[in-house]
Amino acid sequence: MQVETQWLKPQQPGRRVQQEPALLRWSLIAAAVAVISVLVIVPVVSILVQAFAKGWSVYWRSLADADTVHAIKLTLFVAPIAVIANVIFGIAAAWAVTRFRFPGRTLLTTIIDLPFAVSPVVAGLMITLLFSRRGYFGPWLLEHGIQILFSWPAIILATAFVTFPFVARELIPIMDALGSDEETAAVSLGASGWQMFWRVTVPNIKWGLLYGVILCSARAIGEFGAVYVVSGHIHGQTTTVPVRINQLYEDYNNAGAFTVASVLTLFALVTLGIKVVLERKTRQELEEAHSETT
Amino acid sequence: MSITAKHVTKQFGNFTALTDVNLEVPTGTLMALLGPSGSGKTTLLRIVAGLENPDAGVILHHDEDVTERSPKERNVGFVFQHYALFRHMSVFENIAFGMRVRRRPKDEITNRVHELLNLVRLEGLHKRYPSQLSGGQRQRVALARALAVQPRVLLLDEPFGALDAKVRMELRQWLRRLHEEIHLTTVFVTHDQEEAFEVADRVVVMNHGRVEQAGTPQEVFDHPANAFVMDFLGNVNVFHGRVHDGKVMLGNLEVAYPHESRADSQDVKGYVRPHELDVNREPADGAGVPGRIVQINPTGSVAKVRVMSEDFGLAMNVDLPLERYGELQLAVGEIVYVAPRRVRFFPPDDYVI
Repeated sequence: MQVETQWLKPQQPGRRVQQEPALLRWSLIAAAVAVISVLVIVPVVSILVQAFAKGWSVYWRSLADADTVHAIKLTLFVAPIAVIANVIFGIAAAWAVTRFRFPGRTLLTTIIDLPFAVSPVVAGLMITLLFSRRGYFGPWLLEHGIQILFSWPAIILATAFVTFPFVARELIPIMDALGSDEETAAVSLGASGWQMFWRVTVPNIKWGLLYGVILCSARAIGEFGAVYVVSGHIHGQTTTVPVRINQLYEDYNNAGAFTVASVLTLFALVTLGIKVVLERKTRQELEEAHSETT
Repeated sequence: MSITAKHVTKQFGNFTALTDVNLEVPTGTLMALLGPSGSGKTTLLRIVAGLENPDAGVILHHDEDVTERSPKERNVGFVFQHYALFRHMSVFENIAFGMRVRRRPKDEITNRVHELLNLVRLEGLHKRYPSQLSGGQRQRVALARALAVQPRVLLLDEPFGALDAKVRMELRQWLRRLHEEIHLTTVFVTHDQEEAFEVADRVVVMNHGRVEQAGTPQEVFDHPANAFVMDFLGNVNVFHGRVHDGKVMLGNLEVAYPHESRADSQDVKGYVRPHELDVNREPADGAGVPGRIVQINPTGSVAKVRVMSEDFGLAMNVDLPLERYGELQLAVGEIVYVAPRRVRFFPPDDYVI
């Protein structure tokens, strides 16, 4: 008994359990900085440098290229639709998992993560398998004049599939910690389902939801593999920004490729900034949820 | 408005929460649903509110069948055990919520909220958020929020469970006074018999999803329907004995057995409350279980005396009025004779302590 109580005593101040020699600590930090520099910082900076290598006028000309403009427009059309679809899906899935107990609940939680495990190329092939001329739904849809593959619907499907876990994964822990007490209270006070959702649930999960939306958007805009497979990468018709970069690069148009790449990179940096702010808000939301329920 | 529950049954998977429960809450009563945890009292309350659907049975609000109606249509006020205040809303918005979802005019909402803040004595705190309030204040906001929609019934789930002892006492008395002011039919759930007796007009004792007994606190305490109620509502001494010719021998005491005995020499238990036992130096009227005093604890209004009877293997707890204790001048280690003023027997096979 006495030995046990001694273990429970707090650590003496000023002495940490893990105390490596200074040399080891600094060499570890230096190694981490070196790896990050080589793998992340140098490439990002070099993309921006390359893009502006031939000056502003070349940069603007590359951006104004008709096919590039079309690619940007297509991406700005496809990504928001995929994100909206995943917001709806993500809320519904998080609701189902955290508010109900049903057989297959754990399985659903696992399936939500499936797109993270599947290579985007494979995801693209799965969609091709469903909607191609010899696929499961393809013949019927083509008979009715509906073109999915090699067109924007397939691009949306591919993008939505690949980005499908982001919102749900962000919401599940928050909604779990919140519990359903406030929602039940709203119902007992006469709120309808929608009133409860908009007035009670949404304000409680808003930061987490926004964080999920940002991550989902970033991934949706940058998605290459699955889109490349299902879009047929037709110049000026079914190329999104990442596919366009690949085309320019393969055409030995390095300036063009790096120009468009710099646009995506800048977008990524902005996303990163928003992410840092939202992450803090989301953590607060989660902590509040925990402190209120315990 | 009166509430009636008839033959209500509810099952959660394999767990039977309620079995054929009947409940009658007359208009204007303050009723306590009293029972240990898992006895189904909260489930019954949630079914009355419409937050849970019964598997069988009906709920009547004043002769009107409301079993299929939503909580909104039933117009009940519900106070949750852990308050369940809306954390992102101010106190004002919390209280206003029920009126907002009913799209009441702004002026009416403002007036009503201030009226309620006054009623629950939280004037001036309307801009605070739930996280800035103490437990007792949160509970009063929850109550004001439930009252804001002018419910016909007020339902409270363990309303004081999460509060410390002193605040709990204050809020109890305050709830009683509030009830006398507004006379709303009120049902509250509690596992604390003291709380139920102090606050309620009527008490319903529940156990294992069944109603064991209903009545006024006095009735339930003085005439417990069975051994469970007897035990749940305070301390009790249990004497084991055998029935023989309509008589029971408890230690060396012979007591009449009021029930039919199935067989001759059947094992029975007699129940005696500590205050129903008396202590004497000599066997009074030739009766009394001899025993040695092992402990004396004068607390507040009674002296708690513990007597061990080695002859009969009995440990007895006696509550002596202080005058009687002073008169006897008892000391630990003395041999005394313990005699019950009253012994209760319950029909066998219902409950085992």
